[in-house]
Amino acid sequence: MARIIVVTSGKGGVGKTTTSAAIAMGLAKKGHKTAVIDFDVGLRNLDLIMGCERRVVYDFINVINGEASLRQALIKDKRCNQLYILPASQTRDKDALTQEGVGKVLDELTKDFKYIVCDSPAGIERGANLAMYFADDAFVVTNPEVASVRDSDRMLGILASKSRRAENGEEAIKEYLLLSRYSPKRVKLGEMLSVEDVQDILSLHLLGVIPESQSVLNASNSGVPVILDEQSNAGQAYADVVARYLGEDTPHRFIDEEKKGLFGKLFRSK
Amino acid sequence: MSTDTEAPSYPKSVLEFKSTSFSTPVLVLFSTELKQIELQLKEKIAQAPEFFKHSALLIDLQEVNKQDQVIDITDLVNCLYANKLLPIGISGGNDEQNRLALDLHVPIHTIRGVISKKDSLLKNSATENTETSTNKSMMEPVSATVENMFISQPIRSGQRIYAKGDLTILSHVSAGAEIMAEGNIHVYGSLRGRALAGVQGNIKSRIFCSDLQAELISIAGHYKISEELDKAEYRKPTQIYLQDQALIIKNL
Repeated sequence: MARIIVVTSGKGGVGKTTTSAAIAMGLAKKGHKTAVIDFDVGLRNLDLIMGCERRVVYDFINVINGEASLRQALIKDKRCNQLYILPASQTRDKDALTQEGVGKVLDELTKDFKYIVCDSPAGIERGANLAMYFADDAFVVTNPEVASVRDSDRMLGILASKSRRAENGEEAIKEYLLLSRYSPKRVKLGEMLSVEDVQDILSLHLLGVIPESQSVLNASNSGVPVILDEQSNAGQAYADVVARYLGEDTPHRFIDEEKKGLFGKLFRSK
Repeated sequence: MSTDTEAPSYPKSVLEFKSTSFSTPVLVLFSTELKQIELQLKEKIAQAPEFFKHSALLIDLQEVNKQDQVIDITDLVNCLYANKLLPIGISGGNDEQNRLALDLHVPIHTIRGVISKKDSLLKNSATENTETSTNKSMMEPVSATVENMFISQPIRSGQRIYAKGDLTILSHVSAGAEIMAEGNIHVYGSLRGRALAGVQGNIKSRIFCSDLQAELISIAGHYKISEELDKAEYRKPTQIYLQDQALIIKNL
């Protein structure tokens, strides 16, 4: 049985797709067969971040409509043979997603995969609802600013009430907080909410803090999930997140400002 | 030990009679055509199978009897059982019908209030409050069943909670959430959303919270928004109540 993970946030632009790509790659690299699905029908992005945009033939909607088999639509990652990508359709809209269709595709994937990562679109409409409906775990991606926190809070309410687990009266979806684009320096200056501020409002299990980093943008532009950039702190932070999710006890990093010694000041002024 | 006037202590009573009122669907018949009744009954049940499954049901024969039609009570009751409905009484029946009902262990009721709407041949969705006065002559005070609500999860932005009695929340209430109760409200986490107590007009309702940051607080329609809150009360454990139509916020 696969574990279905939804990466969601409510608000747009907080790093859902970056996170989906990173954790899917991270899980796959740990040897777990993983599929990552783009639910953002009409605004396909995951394929770009994964660097497989030129290999898209069939998409998620084709599979739902029975126009292609799952095997035809799944794109095998070239860097990791445990990772498969199911891209969204760019020419359709979210109405093409049906609960029955999504359920069928996930059921089929469940037989073969260990983890299924659902990259949710922003908003709380059809696409987002269907991305989270079948989930077992939810990664709530939040930026340390009030609008993002409130939208995440709203999303958590929906997770608790409108999922398959909620409707069947099963154990609730496990919710994890992922605080992204975090800058300890700006927190110190009072320009950004701190981890404690966000936790005070959301009271969720913190899976990791992803620091604001140039490497994320670079990775996106070059189609390489940032987790593969082992030099960058964002890449390391995502590796920590995957490790923690898999039950490893990894201490939190990147929450406090790095103390730079004289050498650091001289040679690593970033 | 209680030292009441009635000195000798009698063995504790193992039962008592209480009065309660509850809602139950009333099946009003307009025809005696059993086949047709069953057909339409099945249609109705199909619309809400869970609601009707093993639902108690009161049979109302007033309309049928007005038209002097003859209906076989035994067949009717068996038809209801077959459809997983549990008749708990008939009303508006004549002597013959009442006798037959009693033979089937179906009690006889008298309904007050008439159900209008005659647009359909069969109307069973009318949920009438049938007061079953069991035994009111008892000296026992009548205990009204208040549906208190208890929630241990956080109430998230956009969620709405309504309690028919008191509402107790162990966790926090987020900004953008709305909690309402006909009785009191207790919030043991931070209260950041809207809290409305006594929404049916109970001016004796109160709100208690351990950290007041609410967007709005209201008791029986008297409200204050967060802008009107005093610094002294903000982020403090407080209770809120009505006194002479004024909303009082007091630190605990």
